[in-house]
Amino acid sequence: MAAQTLYDKLWQDHLVHEDKDGTGLIYIDRHLVHEVTSPQAYEGLKLAKRKVWRISSIVATADHNTPTKDWDKGIKDPVSRLQVETLDANIKESGSLSYFPFRHERQGIVHVIGPENGATLPGMTVVCGDSHTSTHGAFGCLAFGIGTSEVEHVMATQCLTQKKTKAMQVVVEGNVGAGVGAKDIALAIIGRIGTAGGTGYSIEFAGSAIRALSMEGRMTLCNMAIEAGARAGMVAVDDATIDYVKGRPLAPTGALWDRAVAYWRTLKSDDGAEFDSVVTLDAAAIQPQVTWGTSPQMVTSIDGCVPDPAKESDPVKREGIERALKYMDLKPNTPIVEIKPDKVFIGSCTNSRIEDLRAAAAIARGRKVAPNIKLALVVPGSGLVKRQAEQEGLDKIFIEAGFEWREPGCSMCLGMNDDQLSPGERCASTSNRNFEGRQGAGGRTHLVSPVMAAAAAVTGHFVDARTL
Amino acid sequence: MEKFVSREGLVAPLDRANVDTDAIIPKQFLKSILRTGYGPNLFDEWRYLDQGEPGKDNSKRPLNKEFVLNQPRYQGAQILLARENFGCGSSREHAPWALLQYGFQAVIAPSFADIFYNNSFKNGLLLIKLDAKTVDRLFKESEASPGYRLAIDLDQQTISTPGGEHFSFEIDPFRKHCLKNGLDEIGLTLEHADAIKAFEAARRETRPWLFN
Ligand code: SF4
Repeated sequence: MAAQTLYDKLWQDHLVHEDKDGTGLIYIDRHLVHEVTSPQAYEGLKLAKRKVWRISSIVATADHNTPTKDWDKGIKDPVSRLQVETLDANIKESGSLSYFPFRHERQGIVHVIGPENGATLPGMTVVCGDSHTSTHGAFGCLAFGIGTSEVEHVMATQCLTQKKTKAMQVVVEGNVGAGVGAKDIALAIIGRIGTAGGTGYSIEFAGSAIRALSMEGRMTLCNMAIEAGARAGMVAVDDATIDYVKGRPLAPTGALWDRAVAYWRTLKSDDGAEFDSVVTLDAAAIQPQVTWGTSPQMVTSIDGCVPDPAKESDPVKREGIERALKYMDLKPNTPIVEIKPDKVFIGSCTNSRIEDLRAAAAIARGRKVAPNIKLALVVPGSGLVKRQAEQEGLDKIFIEAGFEWREPGCSMCLGMNDDQLSPGERCASTSNRNFEGRQGAGGRTHLVSPVMAAAAAVTGHFVDARTL
Repeated sequence: MEKFVSREGLVAPLDRANVDTDAIIPKQFLKSILRTGYGPNLFDEWRYLDQGEPGKDNSKRPLNKEFVLNQPRYQGAQILLARENFGCGSSREHAPWALLQYGFQAVIAPSFADIFYNNSFKNGLLLIKLDAKTVDRLFKESEASPGYRLAIDLDQQTISTPGGEHFSFEIDPFRKHCLKNGLDEIGLTLEHADAIKAFEAARRETRPWLFN
């Protein structure tokens, strides 16, 4: 048999049916459900008198709308509350394998709780009505976000109709220096290929710098694959993957575990497998990254400057830069280190796992949030992450430094709850999108890693965390 | 889903690249559990001068007169002309819902983001990819001539300009079929129910750990 890519293998393993024109019907192993994109799907199902095909494929949580403080007071906003209660009712009525509702000890961001409960296992197809489902590709899964019609489609049929994408390999070789992490690699890749660079592709991340990443780091990287426009991001299975999965509540045990591991070990691209496109980066050249504009590709290194639109020859691009600088209230050629955020947000499905919090806490330890920072928020990705961090005393480090320590959820990543930027406010954020208004109408977002966010919090401006 | 009927329509040019789904329909409107009611909040942050909230009476809000859709000449537009990577970002299907409920039936751009592309066809919104040069020409023509309309013929897969020029576009035959007939894709997939059941049964044997 011809050498296959990991993507080929995953596609083949789930192909139920293929039309003459190459449209595939692919089987979905895991369906993650949350409150925002599911109500209309459940409603559609009911209207058509259809039932969920395989209840045990569904794992659900409420995360986007939930508050991050005063949990005892419930959800204040009646519209948000109704949406969360609608999910409660839908799960109660139609069933699930696991449900982590608001205030449950294992509740959290859908892309954090999936892996940590073993709901995400290598080799699965994982879907969710959320674009950052690409996160789960870190486990050698074919994982991608879908819209509400497709959520309903998976509920009703356990399948999706899809065309195979092309395969891209992004190879990062060498060692990133200390203080440079998965988030910087992700932003550097997007800076290189652009936010539409991955359109029509699934990306496999490979190379020694990727192999060296922890599972948390790989999740951060695959999470951002969607920001490069790719349908999915993935990393081959290795010991790190298997060690992470072992012992998780929904992971297999005993003889089944051994059988599963034997299969999982095959989940990598064969030697000589051909990719439609290959991009190579030198890890050693990647510096801590900071975005300056309103798209993740508008990014530079901490030692860089805000670009000058006058130097851009393409008129559409020039206009894009001008518009972004106006929105961000930045002058051309300003050194990144002179930019001062008003708020700092450490959280989101990109960077809210225990390793992220440890890294940020290492910077916050013994320091104080700078006086010009109005709010520095730390929002753990899940109840489990929160408890783990508290056992390690990270909460105290943050609180002593002047950060707020909150309950888990999506929070200021998209500001559907109270955690938002006010118009004109500037934020150093560990989330994944710096679009206009993403964190609150008129808010200005700079995407950074957890260490860089913490460093901005304690100095009051962007700074190379490695120099602190 | 409504059938897509070939027709001509007034064109509104939205001249910016990378229009994301947060811009198409901001997050606060995603709290709704309904499928309808999104049209008035399409491009909310660009269209109005104040901040939109669910339940607010949109007819009383101050409009941003500069925004293209608020200009009198584009009222009633059914075709949106856009730049590259339209619909990037969040997977929210509320984005095509909002575009359709506002009155758009088609969007023409050099490229679209993947999930948005899928979501649009599932709701009967036709997305047409034309090369960047052609799109640029359509921008110039539509801006230069008030009342500029394009005719879209789905059968023939062509767009015709008032000047009598025709551009053909590609569309996947399955999507075209669904669009023309307003077909429910779930029903189509369920025609393969036996194959799905057989696949699932085999999978229980080969990958039993996935079936707890
Ligand atoms: S944390 Fe942000 S990106 Fe992640 S699922 Fe929540 S809203 Fe989406």
